[in-house]
Amino acid sequence: MSIASERRSPALRFALSAFIVVWLIIAAFPFLWTLWGSFKVELDFFSIANWTNALTGANTENTYGSPFTGVGYEGAWIKEEFWRNVINTAFVCLFVVTTSLTIGTLGGYALSRSGYRYVFWLLIIALMFRALPQITLVSGYLPVFFNWNVWGFLPTAIIVLVAINQPFTLWMLHSFFESIPKDLDESAKVDGCTQFQAFWHVIIPVMWPGVITTGLFSFLLAYNDFIVTSLVLAESNRTMIPAIAAFLGTTQTEGNVMFAVAAVVSATAPLFVLVMVFQRQIVSGLTAGAVKG
Amino acid sequence: MKHRTFFWFFLPTALAMLIFIAAPIVSVVMQSFFTPHEAVLVVVENCGPFGCTEETSIDQEATAQLRAEKPLGRFVGLDIYFDRGHLAIKEVGEAWRNSQGLGSFFSELGDLPFYRALAFTLTYTFVCTPALIALGFAIAVAVNTLHRHLKGFVIFFSLLPMIVTPLVGSLILFWMIDARGVLGNLIQWLAADPDLSLKASTGLMWISLIVYGIWSSAPFAFVVFYAGLQTMPQDTLESAMIDGATRWQQIRYVTIPHLMPLVTFVALIQLMDNFRVFEPIVGFNAEAHATSLSWIIFNDLSGETQQLSAAATTSVLTILGVAVLLSPVLVRTWRDFAGRGA
Repeated sequence: MSIASERRSPALRFALSAFIVVWLIIAAFPFLWTLWGSFKVELDFFSIANWTNALTGANTENTYGSPFTGVGYEGAWIKEEFWRNVINTAFVCLFVVTTSLTIGTLGGYALSRSGYRYVFWLLIIALMFRALPQITLVSGYLPVFFNWNVWGFLPTAIIVLVAINQPFTLWMLHSFFESIPKDLDESAKVDGCTQFQAFWHVIIPVMWPGVITTGLFSFLLAYNDFIVTSLVLAESNRTMIPAIAAFLGTTQTEGNVMFAVAAVVSATAPLFVLVMVFQRQIVSGLTAGAVKG
Repeated sequence: MKHRTFFWFFLPTALAMLIFIAAPIVSVVMQSFFTPHEAVLVVVENCGPFGCTEETSIDQEATAQLRAEKPLGRFVGLDIYFDRGHLAIKEVGEAWRNSQGLGSFFSELGDLPFYRALAFTLTYTFVCTPALIALGFAIAVAVNTLHRHLKGFVIFFSLLPMIVTPLVGSLILFWMIDARGVLGNLIQWLAADPDLSLKASTGLMWISLIVYGIWSSAPFAFVVFYAGLQTMPQDTLESAMIDGATRWQQIRYVTIPHLMPLVTFVALIQLMDNFRVFEPIVGFNAEAHATSLSWIIFNDLSGETQQLSAAATTSVLTILGVAVLLSPVLVRTWRDFAGRGA
């Protein structure tokens, strides 16, 4: 684009920069605003008198002698025991990611190395499963889970999340394996490896970039899930997102919206770090399906 | 790969999808034809010195026995599909006969829960999807002109609205557009109406939900288009420039055709995702003004008494909706495939 950028008129350049600045404000400002506001009292965060209170923290200073206060965080993490939900989320995410990667890698590898017609149909079926709103499946689960007394436990939610995310994982890993030359494992097989040995010794060492990207997306799906976790988990086993939804119900009546604000900021922070560290992988993952399909 | 090897490699994921996706679909369809047994009632006559009274009570034993014998419940065929909570055939017919014009007919339809949800779901899907594609395209073109040191920084912040949990993202926006929040204040000031509240108006609530939808999904379109721009054939662009194409003509006749397959891809993914809109309605606390098909199912399932049959019926109708939405894509894929095979 070197030629193009030299020819741009100043007016156009200014318009483009202004557009990007506006977009950046739209994209980032809500997060910064909420982060800043989470250290205030409710009267500042929701200010009827003067919106600048949210910036200066006038009421917070009156109450606590400083424009910043950790009361919201204290209330959420200690009083409402948000740390339990955080531990549950960590547990769910860890097992969802490892399980879906294990079975998804095997399946995706098989799909990319088999030339038969049914591969196409399996991928189409997976696409249709991917298109289903997840909530349409939940009323199929509930009676069975109640009957077998498995409703409410973390492992149940983990298995459901793994299965629901399989179609997506399969598609993504399939497209990554397609980009690994078939000669690699074919020659290993010629040298006397079985298919599994070829997979284990030859493919696994070179597939890490694809697996890490797919793992990131499995993590996000598990971390961000609200529908399955809120309908399948009992109150004592709640993960972060349904817990935040529950905060809204209870705290609005008690006037403790700031607990929910603090919990929301706490739930966003890990995602911030994730995007910062894995930006390249996320971008490549989002485009993997698009550019090849 | 041999069939046998393929089978063993594919077995775990196939089992997971069969048990937790295929089987529940079958179970949901079954449930939608059955309704729970009514309690078996017995009438007992109590006679005393002052006459006889008839007392109706539940025969617990018979009820339990009936439920154990037929755990699915009472077969009602398509009754649940046609009842007031779903397709509401009777009410629609009445509204059709009684209403003066199309306007009043649709406003009566809007009072029926299923049609109300369908109206919002479709509006949301078909307004958000083109809008976010346009916005994502504009951002991609603009970011592509930036210096490369700035690109990473802009991409980082652009990804945030998409990566963040939908419920969390919608809460963050909702608190800002609250009448006491900073955006709510701004809107009141702009409209010069200190009592203006988004929560009180259906129209404004729909607009804010759609704004949330565009905000949270435009980054996806942006990233995909941005990646597409990196593979632009430079010589085509240069020859267009040498031939005297204006900047707009370059975008119109070179860039957009090059990105067209990606537009189809983004549209497909976003149609699927927007059709299941749910979290923003919870986050915005908007159920008084806007409901979606997913929200109805959630509401049926999460209440004190879980209405499994009602939820199952709405689920089946939603699945049919997704099928209709996706049918053009499926037909095209099938044609491509059949064409390749021939």
